[in-house]
Amino acid sequence: MPTIAERLPSHGVRLIRRWPVRGIVANIAVSLILLYIVLAVLGPYITPFAPNQVGAGPRLSPPSGDHWFGTDALGRDQLSRVVTAARPALLSAVYAVTFAFAIGTVIGISAGFLGGLWDGGLSRVVDLLFAIPEYLLAILVIAVMGSGLVNASLAIGIACIPRFARIARGSTLAIMERDFIDAARLCGRGGVWIMRRHILPNIASPLVIMTAINMSTAEGAYAALSFLGFGIRPPEADYGSMISSSQQYLLTDPWVVAFPSIAFVTLVLAFNLIGDVMRDHLDPRSRRGVSRFSASPTE
Amino acid sequence: MTDDRTLVTTPADEPDVVLDVRDAVRHYALRRRSLRDPRRSVHAVDGVSVQLRSGRTLGIVGESGCGKSTLGRLITGLETPTAGTIRVGTNGTPAAAAFGSGTVQAVFQDPASALDPRMTVRESIGEALGKVGRDERERRTDEAIAAVGLTPDLGSRYPHELSGGQQQRVCIARAIVDEPELILLDEAVSSLDASLQAQILDLLQRLQRNTGTAYVFISHDLRAVRQVSHSVAVMYLGQVVEQAPAEAFDRGLLHPYAVALRSTEPRILDDGAEPIERIVLRGEPPSAVALPPGCRFAPRCPIVEDHCRRIAPDLVEAASGHLVRCHKPGDLTLSGIGRAGAGTPAEA
Repeated sequence: MPTIAERLPSHGVRLIRRWPVRGIVANIAVSLILLYIVLAVLGPYITPFAPNQVGAGPRLSPPSGDHWFGTDALGRDQLSRVVTAARPALLSAVYAVTFAFAIGTVIGISAGFLGGLWDGGLSRVVDLLFAIPEYLLAILVIAVMGSGLVNASLAIGIACIPRFARIARGSTLAIMERDFIDAARLCGRGGVWIMRRHILPNIASPLVIMTAINMSTAEGAYAALSFLGFGIRPPEADYGSMISSSQQYLLTDPWVVAFPSIAFVTLVLAFNLIGDVMRDHLDPRSRRGVSRFSASPTE
Repeated sequence: MTDDRTLVTTPADEPDVVLDVRDAVRHYALRRRSLRDPRRSVHAVDGVSVQLRSGRTLGIVGESGCGKSTLGRLITGLETPTAGTIRVGTNGTPAAAAFGSGTVQAVFQDPASALDPRMTVRESIGEALGKVGRDERERRTDEAIAAVGLTPDLGSRYPHELSGGQQQRVCIARAIVDEPELILLDEAVSSLDASLQAQILDLLQRLQRNTGTAYVFISHDLRAVRQVSHSVAVMYLGQVVEQAPAEAFDRGLLHPYAVALRSTEPRILDDGAEPIERIVLRGEPPSAVALPPGCRFAPRCPIVEDHCRRIAPDLVEAASGHLVRCHKPGDLTLSGIGRAGAGTPAEA
């Protein structure tokens, strides 16, 4: 279905004929995410050195032709480690957000749909979870389950549940006001059908936005946990632990910290930008693009 | 004009009763500020009894907040009555038990809200067909789309791609596709413009002639109600104040509230009828929480007497099939305050 925006000349870089993204910022963000995904998939096959190979070069050597990103205190190739670390970084964000999305959405929709005591009970549980500081909650979960990529991601996911639950409940309550819910009930449709066929599709937009925004939060949280030593086990490469283990060289050999930091910040930024772009696309209340297009319809 | 709406009086010809509401009461409890406060409730529907036979239309009119929509929700089973019984269908199932069985369907006021924006027209209509196979569902959906005068290609569209009139036709198609015995039309044409209203009312009447479905037609628009209804109930503050066969509208209504409602309806001046004096009611209806002791209409009634403020009138049969809840039925007519000795009109 062609929209007005599609018929107008594109403002952004148009790579392919039906490239879904418009706007320079959005394109940069999408390209970055795609780059990280490629690195995460191909990481082990394209690195110049094995990421954990001690003494691949001289210790703490600055960036050079052999070692583009320099080497760390054990002489490991930083470029190889930064590339390899893309996989745990992306996986942790995906695990955490998927988990939070699944549990939070089910809780939120059920609370909004069932109402009454169910709503009261579920909402109080969510409030309780929300009241605990997120990192404290995550560390608590890790203390129980142990560290590692999956456990740290689950811990972050649990801490993110309230965000999804709240937005799902609020959106569900708005949908419940609509007559088509009553109409579906009159047609003899049960709660599960109504929640799956009517409520979920209609609250998908805010949930998708929430997912994108939470990817950056989850990625940041995972790096923090990894920095504290709760992430993937060393010597495996991971942005948080790489920064943490190199921090003592921050003043003498800053590139050891700089490259994993830049890689990490770029990823978080890209996730954030994707979130903003999605909100602009899906949320009619902040659809800035529409007013811009309609302001000059003939140009 | 009234020929096909005239009530058939031979008992042998009487179609089955498909709606039997007896003393239906629906109160909504109000939250108390402290435990010592008295328990209070909103009397949304307060002792309504109506009957409806197959193939007929019962019109329910009244202003906003008079309880007509709540009565509609009670009939569909979306709400349960606080007291009284509501039986639907030819076998007289309680509305709560028949809920979701396809006996009662509804068409709501705002078609944009009554259709899921993420479902195609076919999916929305097919939703009413629960327990049938795919082939039959497709066939009956096609039939329903044709029956409401939509073209088959609209079936794959989404609601926002349709006009308001088309959306309402889709809602009607969804209501009729499972062949219910009773359809609630809650302000079903109020959101449409005048020419569309006429089309939809026409469509509803044609469908009724073909299928014999009974309609409960709720509206604040007297003209629309009179056009489609076989009998009309006028509601005020949760009670039926007047219930009459449709032709009584042309003969004359008896309750001062019903007369006032009719007098304010817009009309084209040069239609040969005698000029009508508009009766403008003063004030708001009393609160449905703290009801006055006497007649509920007394605070706004143009012909109120002291008697009315003390004693609540009962719903009595003034003529055959014509019920009215007033101490002075017929004293206020469309040409003003009729009959000698009607007393001084009191202004609130």
